[in-house]
Amino acid sequence: MAVPRDLNPEPEAGPRGRHKIFLGMAAGVGKTYRMLQEGHAQAEAGRDVVIGYLEPHDRAETAAQAAGLETLSRRGVSYRGNRIEEMDLVGLLERQPDLCLIDELAHTNVPGVEHAKRYEDVEEVLAAGIDVFSTVNIQHVEGLNDRVTELTGVRVRETIPDTLLSQADEVVLVDITPEALLERLRAGKIYRADAIGAALDGFFRIENLAALRETALRQVAEEVEAKRVRPDRRRPTSVDVIVAGDPADRLSDRLLALIEPQPTAQRIVRRAWRSAQRMGAELDVLWVAGREPTLAQEEQLSALRRLTSVLGAHLLIEYGDAVADVVARVARERGTTFLIMGKPQPRGPIARLLSPELPVQLLSRLPEVDVQLVAERTRPAPDTGRER
Amino acid sequence: MTALELGVGGVLVILAVAGLLAMTILRPRRHETTSQILTRGPERILFPYVPSSGSTAALDVALRLARAETGTLVPVFLARVPLRLSMDAPLPRQAQVAVPMQDQIEARAAAVGVPVDSRIQRGRSLRHALRETIAHERFDRIVVAAGGHGETGGFDADDIAWLLRHAPGEIVVLRGAD
Repeated sequence: MAVPRDLNPEPEAGPRGRHKIFLGMAAGVGKTYRMLQEGHAQAEAGRDVVIGYLEPHDRAETAAQAAGLETLSRRGVSYRGNRIEEMDLVGLLERQPDLCLIDELAHTNVPGVEHAKRYEDVEEVLAAGIDVFSTVNIQHVEGLNDRVTELTGVRVRETIPDTLLSQADEVVLVDITPEALLERLRAGKIYRADAIGAALDGFFRIENLAALRETALRQVAEEVEAKRVRPDRRRPTSVDVIVAGDPADRLSDRLLALIEPQPTAQRIVRRAWRSAQRMGAELDVLWVAGREPTLAQEEQLSALRRLTSVLGAHLLIEYGDAVADVVARVARERGTTFLIMGKPQPRGPIARLLSPELPVQLLSRLPEVDVQLVAERTRPAPDTGRER
Repeated sequence: MTALELGVGGVLVILAVAGLLAMTILRPRRHETTSQILTRGPERILFPYVPSSGSTAALDVALRLARAETGTLVPVFLARVPLRLSMDAPLPRQAQVAVPMQDQIEARAAAVGVPVDSRIQRGRSLRHALRETIAHERFDRIVVAAGGHGETGGFDADDIAWLLRHAPGEIVVLRGAD
């Protein structure tokens, strides 16, 4: 369970560097190559550019692209009898370049250096006023970890917090088609010959790559949308959004999560909160109660109250038998633009004849509101460790 | 009354009703859904946790116990509320940590078929959050991870001793790796 070390860091001081992330759907799409290309362009424009850490993966094209840029020496660390090389954070901060290129944002450092994770090193470099170009694959984004596991069956252990993407000044999606990526893999441009077969049988299946590509494209689209609705805020943070809730945000998106007081509601609320964070939107959580809650429902409501209060969301309880009517009324009153709910429970044929499913009713009552269904977990996923 | 007396319309109505009844009775039983899995299980295993490396090993133990006893895992993220904030203030930074951890725990539990009933509990300190948890949650056992050597953020010896003195039910303490 990867977590940032400091839950309540002190407020930042001084001008921060700008962070540009090159995001890809998988290893081998050309993130590092593109980062180096842009590094060269910056150097040619007169900026002081250094490579803080590069993971060439024995790729000749990448190594060739790195030529001509200053590469900082690495820091050797002894760990369990082995000598492992990590980025020299102290050396980099002393060197104080204008721009530093740092590969593999999700990398876990060996114990004994300043930070457990490389993204924490990057945070410190940015805090020192140095611009950073970095690279990461979509499956390493913590908030998408569940989704990626469901799509690919592979759980990735090395993750970065979602906020790294949302707070980055620029996110560049390095995109190629799954077919082109597989061609590169078969041509030996990504892994050594002896590793190609395993890659093709494992992670590098066309359906995996297509799903990851779609996830990456959607993620970047959501980031762009989130930044578009907040043009006046250079570095909007989740903290700003939740605590301040300024008028500009109120004029944009507002999410409404429909729940029943049962354990699955927690997951729907968390999923809705993630979407709200990405969109910079407020989140309302609604239960339409047919009658006074039972003891078991009270227990769940109490848990939901605690969850929503920590998340800064608003828990609403409305009474009524016509659920769709109540939801439609609340959505209009609250200015909802996006509705999230769990998959409806299967109903019998008579009930289906009498009235359409709730999502269908809501779509017709709220034509201006997007509706998203959150699927239930369906299959166990094997824990196969780290995937690059 | 014969079919002739009922007329064609009446016969059709009877056939339709009979058909619907047959569909309802003969409809195959659905497979157990996640929400059904999530709500079954009388044994509740409380798993209070904070971000620390020892939590993963303790989670595995809690899941094995829950699975063996067809119980429900109740993972509780303990959130510390700084003194400068009111007790019900939003905690966005801790939410950024808690939400992915809850998702990961639920995914692991789903992978081994254990129902989960997640919680977040606030407190001015870890101990305070722990006290609130055992005061308000139903549970039969508690599984906790003791903080590893030199590790920050886990349950230290005082917390564990306090828990052993004050919490009802069985308590399983997992010692962190040195």
